[in-house]
Amino acid sequence: MSAIPVTTERLPRRHGRALGDPLFRWILIGSSALVLLILALMIGSTTIDSIPVFFSQGLWQFLTGTTWDPGFSRTEITGTYQAGVFLYGTLVTSLIAIVLALPVSVGIALFLTDLAPMRVARTLTYLVELLAAVPSVVYGLWGLHFFAPVILKPPAEAVSDAFGWIPLFAGPVISFNFFFAGVVLAIMIIPIISAIVREVFSAVPDSERFAAYAMGATRWEVMRSVVVPRSRPGIIGATMLGLGRALGETIAVALLIGGGTTINFSIFQQGESVAAKIVNTFQESTPEGIDALIALGVTLFAMTIVINVAARLIVRRIGDVSGDAVA
Amino acid sequence: MSVKPLWLRALPVAIAGTLLLAACSSGSSAPASQSASSDSSLNAELLGAGATFPDPVYQEWIGAFIGDNAGVSITYEPIGSGGGIEQFTAQSTDFGGSDAFMKDEKLAAAEDAWGCDVVHIPTVFGAVAVAYNLSGVDGLTLDSDTLARIFLGEITQWNDSAIADLNSGVSLPNEPIIVAHRSDGSGTTSIFTTYLDDENSGWSSQVGKGKEVTWPVGVGGQGNDGVAAAIAQNDGGIGYVELSYALENELSTASMINADGNAVEPSLDSTAAAADGIDIPDDLRFNILGVGGDGYPIAGATWILAPTCGLDANKGEALKAFLTWALENGDSIAQELNYAPIGDSLQEKSLANVARINEGG
Repeated sequence: MSAIPVTTERLPRRHGRALGDPLFRWILIGSSALVLLILALMIGSTTIDSIPVFFSQGLWQFLTGTTWDPGFSRTEITGTYQAGVFLYGTLVTSLIAIVLALPVSVGIALFLTDLAPMRVARTLTYLVELLAAVPSVVYGLWGLHFFAPVILKPPAEAVSDAFGWIPLFAGPVISFNFFFAGVVLAIMIIPIISAIVREVFSAVPDSERFAAYAMGATRWEVMRSVVVPRSRPGIIGATMLGLGRALGETIAVALLIGGGTTINFSIFQQGESVAAKIVNTFQESTPEGIDALIALGVTLFAMTIVINVAARLIVRRIGDVSGDAVA
Repeated sequence: MSVKPLWLRALPVAIAGTLLLAACSSGSSAPASQSASSDSSLNAELLGAGATFPDPVYQEWIGAFIGDNAGVSITYEPIGSGGGIEQFTAQSTDFGGSDAFMKDEKLAAAEDAWGCDVVHIPTVFGAVAVAYNLSGVDGLTLDSDTLARIFLGEITQWNDSAIADLNSGVSLPNEPIIVAHRSDGSGTTSIFTTYLDDENSGWSSQVGKGKEVTWPVGVGGQGNDGVAAAIAQNDGGIGYVELSYALENELSTASMINADGNAVEPSLDSTAAAADGIDIPDDLRFNILGVGGDGYPIAGATWILAPTCGLDANKGEALKAFLTWALENGDSIAQELNYAPIGDSLQEKSLANVARINEGG
């Protein structure tokens, strides 16, 4: 870099600059404050709407009960609102999605950073990012009319036939269930997780890789004992982001989960998720039913916060142990 | 509490607006052979919102009507019956649309808000068809008790004697029945469960009726399309869909045995016949239950809700002109779109209620 030119003259338009800096500063502060304001408005109004619901049901009953029977009142809460079935469905589909998406995403990321030739890596990166741009309703319809019945159903039936004696895999496998919804969710969150994990992997210093190679490590050993352990906090962070997306995903799950009204333990049977319940019923809902659906939304929001905080705590702990590799 | 969640209401309106654009652009290419009564003196912008079920026919009616009445613009937003009643009660629309008539409490709230009577105007009938997927079986007949017990999970095999007794000569397979229902809140579910609730005591005590109920068995699909997919993808599947959807997609549908013991196939004619023997109260709030004769028993009306005061004079005149035209001349458009017209005797009563719109100024 060349030397900075020195000028002895006074800089022109000093007045404008004197105004520009604080103005810019306030614009930045304003944008940040706007986020807080929107968040506060959202939490405030939804919580106020849903408090009567929580009170009438009791918080524990609301979270664990399994009866959802809306009333017709305009002014008070007369129905029974218990979200256990929906919370269970949200957790199960998200868990299936994470269990499937995490290994695949880590595999994609490792391949892109440590194995693939540059040109292949660039093309594949682009294609994976393309998956993230597909609207979720398209995933849902594709899953409903093609992916679930044609691709997923035969293996699901085979598993259910062979291991149906385990309650988790009990049949019959019908068109809509936790498993189908979970697999489609997994496809939707793979781009998110793999993109972040890829960044984390490429942040691992090449010097460490080369040091391992110099000591005679194979490619597999370098990945296993240098790249992945160095990146663990980042992988967890990426997983949590993917999980957040899976928890809140609405329409694709609504199309595939099967609108169940009881808790089924088999992943091949139908259920309902919190977000799907909201989108499925709010259009035709009664006034008090709307408040109950907002209460569901608040619950989902709280659940996401809890999971995020937990993830941060985990990342911090592991970061302390293994050193900071997050870019 | 009544109008609080406006932010939540805004979403369907936004979506509806988008759909409406699409509906209007397709509407312009549709045959507008029916000549609307031309009254150039009409000049108003009307806004309505409500049930999604009659939306296609309302859009076509609106398109045909405003083609001959350039001064009038009518917007109908299909946000759902619940939202339609809500918006109408909040007076943010000029008229509402609903697949279920307003219960006393809701009607009182709406009349309070407008400060006068609110009239129910039946526009078209819809029916709910029982669709099934059973290879080798063509022409299935069911009655209300059998249907209720299938959806209660009490009859689980297709060759159950209850089904076999109704279908002598049909060889029913020894296959499990796979029940499909709607997972979203819907007027179709309401018509279907209201029918079972009225016919079967086991159903009314265990499940009841409404736009969303707690299903004892079966998988839920989103919309008619989701239910149809569940039926089509599973041999042995049975579910319920809107009649118009079943007709458009040529699904196999069951004949239902009505109150007079006649097995009736679902069709536009048998739906129109359903209301013939029904005792209809003066306020036109009725369910179609206990259908006999040639009528298909799982049917319901859809209503326009309008106030008898509080609209400005231009709007009142325009709304009256539009609904009068739609009821008198809209039958062929309705039939083209697979809706059943309401028939002459009810049409007369409907028109009487139209005449009351804005009578109080």
